[in-house]
Amino acid sequence: MSIGHSFLGLLEGKPRHGYDLKRAYDERFSPGRPLHHGQVYATLSRLLKNGLVVVDGLEPGEGPERKRYAVTDAGITDVQAWLSQPEKPEPYLQSVLYTKVVLALMTGRPADEILDVQRTEHLRLMRDVTRRKTGGDLAEQLICDHALFHLEADLRWLELTAARLNELAARVRP
Amino acid sequence: MTEPLLVGTDLHKMYGTTPALRGSSLTVRAGEIVAVMGSSGSGKSTLLHCLAGIVRPDDGTVVYAGREISAMSDVERSALRRRDFGFVFQFGQLVPELTCVENVALPLRLDGVRRKEAERRARVWLDRLEVGDVAAKLPGQISGGQGQRVAVARALVTEPKVVFADEPTGALDSLNGEKVMQLLGQAARDTGAAVVLVTHEPRVAAYADREVVVRDGASLDLERVA
Amino acid sequence: MSPSWLRELLLGARMALAGGRSGLARAALTAVGVGLGVAMLLAAVSIPHMMQARSDRGASRADQNYGTQVERTDRSTLVGETDMAYRTDGIRGRLLQAEGADPALPPGLTALPRPGEMAVSPALARLLLSPDGALLRERLHYPATAIIGDKGLQGPGELAFYLGSDKLTADTPGVGRRNAFGDENTSEGLDPVLLLLVVIIFVVLLLPVAMFVASAIRFGGDSRDRRLAGVRLVGADTGMARRIAAGEAMLSALLGVAAGAVMFFAGRSFVGSVELMDITVFPSDVQPDPVLAALIVLAVPAAAVVVTVLSLRRVMIEPLGVVRRGGDTRRRLWWRLIMPVLGVLLLLPMVGSVSRSSEGFSEWQVIGGVCLILLGVATLLPWLVQSVVRRLHGGPVAWQLAVRRLQLDGSMSARAVTGVAVAVAGAIGLQMMFAAVEANYQQRTGQDPSRAQLYVATAMPHGWSDAAGVVAKLAATTGVTSVNPRAMLGLELPALPNGEQPGAALFLGDCAALSRIAEIGACTDGDAYLVDNPEAPTPAAGAAVTIRDGEAQTPWTVPAGARTVPPLSDPYYGLASGVLVTPAALPAAVRDRPGLQLQALLTVDPAAVDVADHVTNTRWELDQLGATWEINPTMVDNKFAQVRKGLFAGAAVTLLLIGASLLVVVLEQLRDRRRLLAVLVAFGTRRRTMSWAILWQTAVPVVLGLVLACAAGLALGAVLLRIIGEPVAIDWAGIGIVSALAGAVILLVTALSLPVLWRLMRAEGLRTE
Repeated sequence: MSIGHSFLGLLEGKPRHGYDLKRAYDERFSPGRPLHHGQVYATLSRLLKNGLVVVDGLEPGEGPERKRYAVTDAGITDVQAWLSQPEKPEPYLQSVLYTKVVLALMTGRPADEILDVQRTEHLRLMRDVTRRKTGGDLAEQLICDHALFHLEADLRWLELTAARLNELAARVRP
Repeated sequence: MTEPLLVGTDLHKMYGTTPALRGSSLTVRAGEIVAVMGSSGSGKSTLLHCLAGIVRPDDGTVVYAGREISAMSDVERSALRRRDFGFVFQFGQLVPELTCVENVALPLRLDGVRRKEAERRARVWLDRLEVGDVAAKLPGQISGGQGQRVAVARALVTEPKVVFADEPTGALDSLNGEKVMQLLGQAARDTGAAVVLVTHEPRVAAYADREVVVRDGASLDLERVA
Repeated sequence: MSPSWLRELLLGARMALAGGRSGLARAALTAVGVGLGVAMLLAAVSIPHMMQARSDRGASRADQNYGTQVERTDRSTLVGETDMAYRTDGIRGRLLQAEGADPALPPGLTALPRPGEMAVSPALARLLLSPDGALLRERLHYPATAIIGDKGLQGPGELAFYLGSDKLTADTPGVGRRNAFGDENTSEGLDPVLLLLVVIIFVVLLLPVAMFVASAIRFGGDSRDRRLAGVRLVGADTGMARRIAAGEAMLSALLGVAAGAVMFFAGRSFVGSVELMDITVFPSDVQPDPVLAALIVLAVPAAAVVVTVLSLRRVMIEPLGVVRRGGDTRRRLWWRLIMPVLGVLLLLPMVGSVSRSSEGFSEWQVIGGVCLILLGVATLLPWLVQSVVRRLHGGPVAWQLAVRRLQLDGSMSARAVTGVAVAVAGAIGLQMMFAAVEANYQQRTGQDPSRAQLYVATAMPHGWSDAAGVVAKLAATTGVTSVNPRAMLGLELPALPNGEQPGAALFLGDCAALSRIAEIGACTDGDAYLVDNPEAPTPAAGAAVTIRDGEAQTPWTVPAGARTVPPLSDPYYGLASGVLVTPAALPAAVRDRPGLQLQALLTVDPAAVDVADHVTNTRWELDQLGATWEINPTMVDNKFAQVRKGLFAGAAVTLLLIGASLLVVVLEQLRDRRRLLAVLVAFGTRRRTMSWAILWQTAVPVVLGLVLACAAGLALGAVLLRIIGEPVAIDWAGIGIVSALAGAVILLVTALSLPVLWRLMRAEGLRTE
């Protein structure tokens, strides 16, 4: 799960203070499990160092919360690359995928493409597993089946999400 | 890559005022298994019917082995389906009053093969699909999984170039569904038949070589996009 | 009946109505089918009353005295019979003349028509006004001053008139005196042989109708079973499901009875304008027998319930679907044979007991016997179909599909064909009886239409001296090519030793006319001849005899010089006999007696139209009480001809009705298989193959049904022929015609079902479900 890419995505809409950033992230992507302050600063300083964000301005007062960050062109390219890259299909992917979809919707990118690309990747893996299963012994088959069922569950989620994209867009877009 | 065997281009089909296909295209190469996926009502079955020459599209062309199916007469299309195509459906496809071996022999007999010879070849296919023991039974007397395997045998007995399978496991449980798909996939590869596999189940689609998604009557070849 | 029973029956009734559009369609289809059958049954049980009403109407206006003398009173009316034909229609005509001060009136009249005026029936009034009646107007040119009321007519279409006259005398031949109209004994009933025929016709035609009703109740049975499976799913047990089905069937049947009653009464109001077999009927005369009508109203819903429950016995309705039993159950033969054997046993005691002159017979025994034999066809057919079909195999794909389907579910197809088989068996039996009986009812008249086509009899006011004038008028009539005039009188010969009084014919005519009756050789006026015919008594030359002409008797001596000559064949009387005289050989009192009747044999131009009516017009001017007949080699008893016409009309309606129910069954089967048909189309089955499969599937049971029907029909016919004491002769032509008709119905049904088959064979069938 990439907090950095999420921050970049959130900043794409408008420059934000560190504090705003944390609150937006907690609210959208990690309700009930807020980020530590340390995680926020560490991530932001890595992004600053890599030139993906810049400090846009300072508010009166002290501390990083008072700094306002803005995304750079390099940052936007980085988000784009991340969004269009399918995740390696594995269990419990949905939080990353969900983040990607929401960010895409918030930033006006085509979210259905993300889902399609992911879907193709999932099915490709399913085909590989199926092939392995067809040639394998019973133990191998059972292991493969476990993977297949999980992959299928993700795929189903992808299909369902694709079917409800409009509904989701209405929610996340201001 | 081999030459395309079956090419549907920009197919349109209306049922009454309901559009079932709106510019769908699909290319099938010899020997490959293509999964056609999509939600119910997306038009995937209609796409299969058009490709197989069962239904004539309102617009667009279907070309099989260099001949345009969509321009053929009903008689020519029927003959083509008898000789070059095989079919497996979800359910209700076996003639209930014929025994299993007679059901499998039916496509051969429709094409003029003598009864003895047709039933001999039918038995070979029943054995390959591991249902040789139900040859003399009526479809009402066997299980759903056995019935689908008999149907697969019937689809392959003419050694067709393309097998059209419309939700072939739709009425089966996972284990029986897997078995039918394994046997279908294996038999198709052995005979070099291409398979157009319409399904909404990812695990069934995973037996295919590639996937095409039909959405709102249009087909998307996602892998080519990727 | 427990309340839950009732609740379930009512639930079933509600389901019949609430089953959505298809449920309603099914209920409507059944109601129409049952309704058609009920309407036919109601019509059938109305026939006895209708016949009775007709014969009452006939009796109430009877005016024939049959030779009895009637005293002249104040009430006396003279009646002259002058029935005539106009083209192919018969017209009842009477001349009426008051004799007393307060003359009796025939029913339908309020006053006697004045001389030269007439009262006509409404149908005759219409005919006289229409262009078609032009020729008749020349004959009946009298002012029609009254319309004969319904009371005086047999049917609304009857052609009849009463013409007022002042020239009748009580002693004119053809004129009678009545002091009242009506005669209780006059109506001629059917003789026992005809009655037997009529009874059998009813059984043979109505049994298939009853079977049609039974099959109409089963319409849509498969979708009903699926609906019941749904009811089982929500917790109904088998018994409840059956009661629900029974309730459903009962409601459909009740709707059918209502529809039947509506159709019957609607049809009845049309009856007045329908003419069948020259018979028209007043709607008010068509009244169903109350007992039989009540029986129909009660029996049809009851039969609906019984048929439904019986048909459900072979079906297991499970919550998740319907399982049809049967197929492997072997049908047993022995109990199926009981019915026809019992039927033959019932009829056998009657062998030789019914003839035209015998007393009546037990109608119920005949009805029972014939019903049992025919129902035997219905019970034997499923067995026959199963045992034959089980042995069939091989053949092309269409044949294989048809045979396998029959093997799996032969009873369904057999049931559909049963009605046809029963109708055919009955028709063959009847046909045999008809062929035998027909000969008895057709009398050879000995007439020869090749030498003369019309016979005219007309009274001459001044006896033979008028003959030349009458002949001239007839010869001048349109279409007449020659006239051969003579008169025939009676001779009473001397009594024989045993007391018998033989008679002979006396022909009066000129030499030319006589030379056509016998080979008279040389002839001059004044000659007489004795015809040498060993079949008939002939007086010797010089014998003393009496000439009888109507009431008048004149003693006469056969001329001593009369030569005996060989006879010729007369076109009207056949081989001649008796005495031939030229006019001068007869006493003038006999020869020129007023009213002497001239008989003329006419030849006509075959190309001319309406010659008989032109001649009748001429004859009518000469003598209203005379006659014009066509010369005909055979004379069919009119009652018999009507019975036969009735049979053919009934058989046609019955076969069409059965064809309709067969079509419904076939279409229903097709619709049930629409998905399978679509699948067969998908893998390239030709239309031709499927069409042949359908044809074989119908034709195999039909052929078997026809074979069985022929066997049963022949057996029935043989027994019936023995009953009326006729030798058993097989009427192959009749069998051929009846079988061909049934075959045609099957072909028609198949042809009508093909468009639906082809429509169902389009791929849309794959889309459903």
